Amino acid sequence: MAFKGAIEVDTQKCKGCSVCIANCPTGSIKLSDMVNSKGYHYAEMTGEGCIGCSNCAVVCPDSVITVYRVKI
Amino acid sequence: MTGHKQMKDMSISIEEIKKPENRIYGKPSLLTDNVMHYCPGCSHGTVHKLVAEVIEEMGIQDKTVGICPVGCSVFAYNYIDIDWQEAAHGRAPALATATKRLCPDKYVFTYQGDGDLASIGTAEIIHACGRGENIVVIFINNGIYGMTGGQMAPTTLIGMKTSTTPYGRDPKLNGFPLVIADMIAHLDGTAYITRQSVHTAPAARKAKNAIRKAFEYSQKGIGLSFVEIVSTCNSGWKLTPVDANKWMVENMFKKYPIGDIKDILK
Ligand SMILES: Cc1ncc(C[n+]2csc(CCOP(=O)(O)OP(=O)(O)O)c2C)c(N)n1
Ligand code: SF4
Ligand SMILES: [Mg+2]
Repeated sequence: MAFKGAIEVDTQKCKGCSVCIANCPTGSIKLSDMVNSKGYHYAEMTGEGCIGCSNCAVVCPDSVITVYRVKI
Repeated sequence: MTGHKQMKDMSISIEEIKKPENRIYGKPSLLTDNVMHYCPGCSHGTVHKLVAEVIEEMGIQDKTVGICPVGCSVFAYNYIDIDWQEAAHGRAPALATATKRLCPDKYVFTYQGDGDLASIGTAEIIHACGRGENIVVIFINNGIYGMTGGQMAPTTLIGMKTSTTPYGRDPKLNGFPLVIADMIAHLDGTAYITRQSVHTAPAARKAKNAIRKAFEYSQKGIGLSFVEIVSTCNSGWKLTPVDANKWMVENMFKKYPIGDIKDILK
């Protein structure tokens, strides 16, 4: 069984700490080119590789990541 | 997992995946919408989330009283939507003792840093353990005084640079680290003692299970439950959050190894 996932980041609350990036097994998160109103580059999903494992959201200190997942 | 839609189409778009019925994980509702004041990547926020998840999953929001420390987590009451009290520096176990004895049906926990618990509050934690108070202690050991600018704590590693040990902690001058969890394991009043971390998802999930167990034990009347979280203070350590996690694994885990230390029900 395979899964396809997606994350949604609360970009205004993200502080760009990058702990999610270090914990993503598929390399599906990067920091944005833009900054939020606090001046932080925020996490954003990149590509189609997300499997919805939730690792990024579990380690996010600011709980700004919501994870969605479907079976494919 | 519930709520998964059976999808045959491999080319499902990201927007289609991001539907409410496909949501599997996110901010626990017990965490308030306040933006945490912690530095980017600080372990405090991750541990707050785990505590909120445990309280939410146990359905004990109205039965839980947290005791805040002095330290960076002094404002923990702004983030988890339960009853709280604010203790004087290091005195959280004393306040928890009173709260638990007056309201024995409540789940009472302290949330303390290493400066708070292992320095100014050493007497309070040791005697709460000695008395076998039926409380939970969450101990954030980041080896430093984060809030006040990164001074040496009793838990600072030998050789570790802080603002008061700029050349590294020298045991001749500064003594040796206190390994509190191991020390209190010898006391008959402690029921469950464990050391965890939150730097990876598997580690955080284990830490959450430990926190849940500690809350459950606190209602059994068998003594104090102590969950140490070996943590980072990337600001005080002068590292990026990701490098701080690596440094923690390479250095902190040697002195503060991860795992259960005591469980009187095993
Ligand atoms: C009676 C008293 N003494 C000293 C202080 C200064 N002070 C504030 S926080 C702190 C130490 C905090 O370190 P820790 O408990 O490790 O928390 P962290 O910020 O690292 O999470 C100190 C010494 C104080 N607020 N009150
Ligand atoms: S100073 Fe250290 S402990 Fe305090 S919020 Fe910043 S990283 Fe966390
Ligand atoms: Mg500290």
